[in-house]
Order: sequence, then structure tokens, then C-alpha cells
Amino acid sequence: MKQFYCFSFLLLSLLSATAHAVKLSGNISIQSRLFQHDALETNQHNHYNSFALEPEIYHAWDNRKQAVNFAAFYRYDQYDDERTHADIRELSWLKVFDNWELTVGVSKVFWGVTESQHLVDIINQTDQVENTDGEDKLGQPMIRFSTERDWGVLDLFVLPGFRERTFAGIEGRPRIIIDTDAATYESDDGDHHIDYAIRWLSYFDEIELGLSYFSGTSREPVLIPSIPGSFAPHYVIINQIGLDVQAIIEDWTWKLETISRKSDIENYIAATAGFEYTLYGIFETDADLGIVVEYLFDDRDELASSPFQNDITTALRWALNDTQSTEVLLGIITDLDESVVASFIEASRRIGSSFKLTLEARAFNNTVSNRPLHAFRQDDFLQVGFGWYF
Amino acid sequence: MNIKTKFASLLLIALQLNTFNAVAETAEEKGLAIAIEADRRDTGFIDSTAKMTMELHNKQGDTSTRHIRIKTLEVEGDGDKSMSIFEQPADVKGTAFLTFSHAIKSDEQWMFLPSIKRVKRINSKNKSGPFMGSEFAFEDIASEEVEKYTYKYLRDENLNGIDCFVIERIPTYKHSGYTRQIGWINKAEYRPEKIIFYDRKNSLLKTLTFSGYKKYLDQFWRADQLSMENHQTEKSTLLKWSDYKFRTGLKDKDFSRNSLKRAK
Repeated sequence: MKQFYCFSFLLLSLLSATAHAVKLSGNISIQSRLFQHDALETNQHNHYNSFALEPEIYHAWDNRKQAVNFAAFYRYDQYDDERTHADIRELSWLKVFDNWELTVGVSKVFWGVTESQHLVDIINQTDQVENTDGEDKLGQPMIRFSTERDWGVLDLFVLPGFRERTFAGIEGRPRIIIDTDAATYESDDGDHHIDYAIRWLSYFDEIELGLSYFSGTSREPVLIPSIPGSFAPHYVIINQIGLDVQAIIEDWTWKLETISRKSDIENYIAATAGFEYTLYGIFETDADLGIVVEYLFDDRDELASSPFQNDITTALRWALNDTQSTEVLLGIITDLDESVVASFIEASRRIGSSFKLTLEARAFNNTVSNRPLHAFRQDDFLQVGFGWYF
Repeated sequence: MNIKTKFASLLLIALQLNTFNAVAETAEEKGLAIAIEADRRDTGFIDSTAKMTMELHNKQGDTSTRHIRIKTLEVEGDGDKSMSIFEQPADVKGTAFLTFSHAIKSDEQWMFLPSIKRVKRINSKNKSGPFMGSEFAFEDIASEEVEKYTYKYLRDENLNGIDCFVIERIPTYKHSGYTRQIGWINKAEYRPEKIIFYDRKNSLLKTLTFSGYKKYLDQFWRADQLSMENHQTEKSTLLKWSDYKFRTGLKDKDFSRNSLKRAK
């Protein structure tokens, strides 16, 4: 890990030395979250403001066969000390050889095909405090070796150094009280445990197929009750096999992600399967309406750490295809054993050429007391964001 | 009738037959022949890179701009491979598309989303939608393949001092936004000068005008400006090409998933 930070420092020096030739980009944004109901606890609030910075520096040379990339993230939150956080999303060196490529440093990768949850995607830790949807990730130190041949892409990863999941703080919302300082590990190496992963990805005509194997510290902690009302994260060692398939059949896109995860405390299978269908040029306009339906399964059933063990996500994606790239996504998650458990709206629109307005609303409905989302039952919120991109 | 005159009359009949043959070439055959010749003349460029600027104009006179880098690899006997990388607007900077176009079967297309590092295979069967909010549909900027249309030669016509063939073409692929297109093809150079598009109801929809043609490698004509005017919405898009480079040494592996991820 220490060597990694030395290496990172070296990359940064390299970037600053070649500052005249680098490309700078990024965004600065402000965000406001308004909660509809009073909080469960008095140390939580009904209105949160925050701002975030996300600069990125990129420099390529050697006929673009070598590049360094640095992407940082910082958010300041008015009340939540945990949501006020900084992260190096990326600080890596890439070298492209004739038949393979090498990435060394902090980087980000994405695996999988589904929309509602990302079971197979395991390399990067979730930046949970950013948003509850699991789409934001922390940078992961890695050595990635990748080769692309006729038979597909083969990626090998050595992952030195573990990133703990971020959680909202005591004044944060929505939240479960998690004492991240009390994190424990199954491995004696703690967060220095070296993880390994391998992934093969190929496609045959209109079918995409990915197979992956991960051995190391689980990105998802087991939450152990500590002081009353609070939990301590415990990170176990897992071995996980993942499969992701996507098939385009006429206008339909069919998707499947499934994992088999084994650890000393539990073995289980989880899956996401569904389709996406798009209606083009609806109502004689340029707009497209996409319909996404996905079934979420976890064979641990009620014991599942995930709130989605027998649920269906139904979402509508409305893309106006206008100059301002206006998009609206709305969806509901229905628990087949209960009823609607959550619903959401995400919308965005470019303002002028370099600003973007985003709108997000999440509601957690009818949550039964023994289910993970129960703690969020008062936390329906509306979030408005405005960002400047450069 | 002596031998000489007999021979002369035979020759005359032969000549007439010949003329008759020329007339017998149907309008469809002539249209196809023109399309094949245009395709033949544009074959052999191997690869190219270029910069594209799109200016979107609406009825109120507002303008918005996109900057895109494009790489193309010619594939013998099939559609081209291409990569488009967005540089502006800033919120989509780094978004990239990889397309393997095909003549008859649907194109294969992948999209890279830089914020989450996701490569997504996209269902690109329907190409009638607008490209980045512009007046160009995806199908308008897709690789030109002879098999994508059936053709019919209509007439010869002089377009602003240029002798042109006027051809009608009807898309053979599914989900096109057009019933037909009328194209003015430069007779000397077999390059398009103007195309008129008719929508699904066969009403006049758009006019595309090519200007500022330049010849590269002594063979390949590329227009510097493509102007698309939508007659129904009164919106227009001006597409400006610059920095054309040919035979830059691009390879198959420069058009792959891995190269898409590091395209920026």
C-alpha cells in the first residue's frame, strides 16, 4: 500500500512536470436535499446543502501508447461529517503494448450489463455516502493486465489495499448508524490484504458474455450490532464467481447477471435478470421511451443483506433527444412478498453549453420493520443539483 | 443491294440494336450502376481521422455546438469500423461510440460512459432518431453501403452549374425514418451534392447540402461542410469537417473495447 502511494506521488510529479501538455476537465456542483418528513432522530435535519469538486487531469504521450490520469473528488456537506469526504477516483499510468496493456495505480473499472443493481461489478468499493443507488465508486489501487484477442478480452487484476465502504454519519440522512472506525476484518492483514480477480469477456454476434472470478475482501460488509442502534462493519474474505450475459434480439435487449459467493459465514447465489425495450420516436416526436424490467433475486431470502431478494424493478427512461439532452428516468421497486418498497425519479438537462441541472427524488414506502430499508422509512427526499462542466 | 450496302445496313441495324440496348437499361439498373461507381471511387482510403464540429440552430436563432473526433477504418467487403469521441459539450466529454457497420445485418455498436467507466453494447437497430439533438439522424451519418438502398435513376439535371444524375433511393433496412431520398450525384466525380429526405408519411422533411469539397490522396472527395435543413421544424445543423488525415496506420485493434475505454 505504501509503495502504491509513493508510486502515486511519482505519477503526480510526472503530471505536474508536463503540465503544459495536459488536458484539464471536470465539474463543480452544488446540491440541495429536501426531506419530506421529519427525521427519526433529532440530530438529523430536513434540509442539507453541499457542494462537490471533481477535477481531472489527463496526459498522453508516446503516440497515445502511454497516459497518466488523475481524477479527484471532494464533497463538503453542511451537516454530515462523513459525507464531507475526499477521494482519489483515479491516479494511474497506462501503457499499451502490441497485444496487451497495463494499468498501474488507482483506477476504476465497471463489469456487468444490468441497470437496477450491479452484482458482478466488484473491483471498486461503493461510495455509499454519495448516493444510496450504489452507482458512485471509490478509486481502487490496482495492477491490471489486459489482453484483447480473437477469443475476447482477458483482464487480470492484483488489488493491493482495500477501501472501506463509506456510510452517512450521525447527522446524515438517509442513514443507518454505522461506526466505520470500528471496522473489523476476517483477514489478519486487515485492509492490506491483497485481492485477485480475473475476467474474460467476449461476444458472439449479438450476445455479450462475461465470466469473472474474485478472491479477496468482500466490498460489502456484514453489519454487526454494536452499541444499541449502531452497527460495526465486518469485512470477510470471499470467493465469487460472476456471470453476465446480454443478448440483443430484434428490438429487445435481454440481460442477466448472476453471482455465487462463498465465505466462511455463508454461501449464496444472487441474480438480476430482465430486459430493456425501446419505443422510438414516440407520439411523433424525437423522444424515445425505454422500458426496463428486471427481477432481483437472492437465495438468502429474508436473511439477505441486500433489500432486494425477490423484487422487480420497473423503470421508464424517457430521452427527449433534444439539444439539451433532457432525460427522465422513473422507476419503482416492488417486493413480491410485500408491495412497493421504493420508487425514484432521476432527471437531467443541460443548460447552455456547460451547465447541467439534475433532479432526483427517492421514496421508501411500506418498509416492513425487519427489512434493511426500514431505517429509511422517514427519508423520502428531493434532490436538486446544478453543476458547471469544463 | 450489293454486298457493301448490305453490310452497311447490317451495321446500321447493329448500331440501332446497341442504342436499343442502352435504352433497355432500366432506371433501376442505371441508378444502381451510379451507386456502385460512387462506392468504387471511394474505396481504398484504408483509414482516416478527422475533427467534426456540429452547429445546431433552432428557429429562434439559438446555437449550440458539439465537437467530436472521428476515426474510420475501411473494411473490405463489409461496412467500415468507426470511433467517435465527444469533446464538447463538457458534460459528455470522453463519451465515445464504437461502431462496426454492416451492409445488410444490423450494425454493432458500443458506448463508453466515462463517469462510471462503463462500456455498454447498445441496441442500434433503430437509427431513425436524432444524433445528439441535431437534425442528422444516426442513419444519416452511418457508413454508406450500396446494399442499404434500392435505386432508381430519375433524370439528369444541372444543379448550380454542376451536371448531376438525379437518383431516388429507398432504404432496404428496417426502422428507417424515410420512405425515400432524392440525391443529386455529381456526374464527373460521382459525389453527392444534395440529398432530399422524405419522412415516413412521404412528406418533404429535410435537405442536405454538401459544400467545400476537397480531394485527398488524389482520389477521395470529402466535403468540408454538410448543411442539414429541416423543413418541418425550421431547425438546421451545420456539420464542419477539419483536419482530415488518411492512411494514418490505424489497425483493427484500434477499434476494440479496450481502445474505446482509453479513447479520450
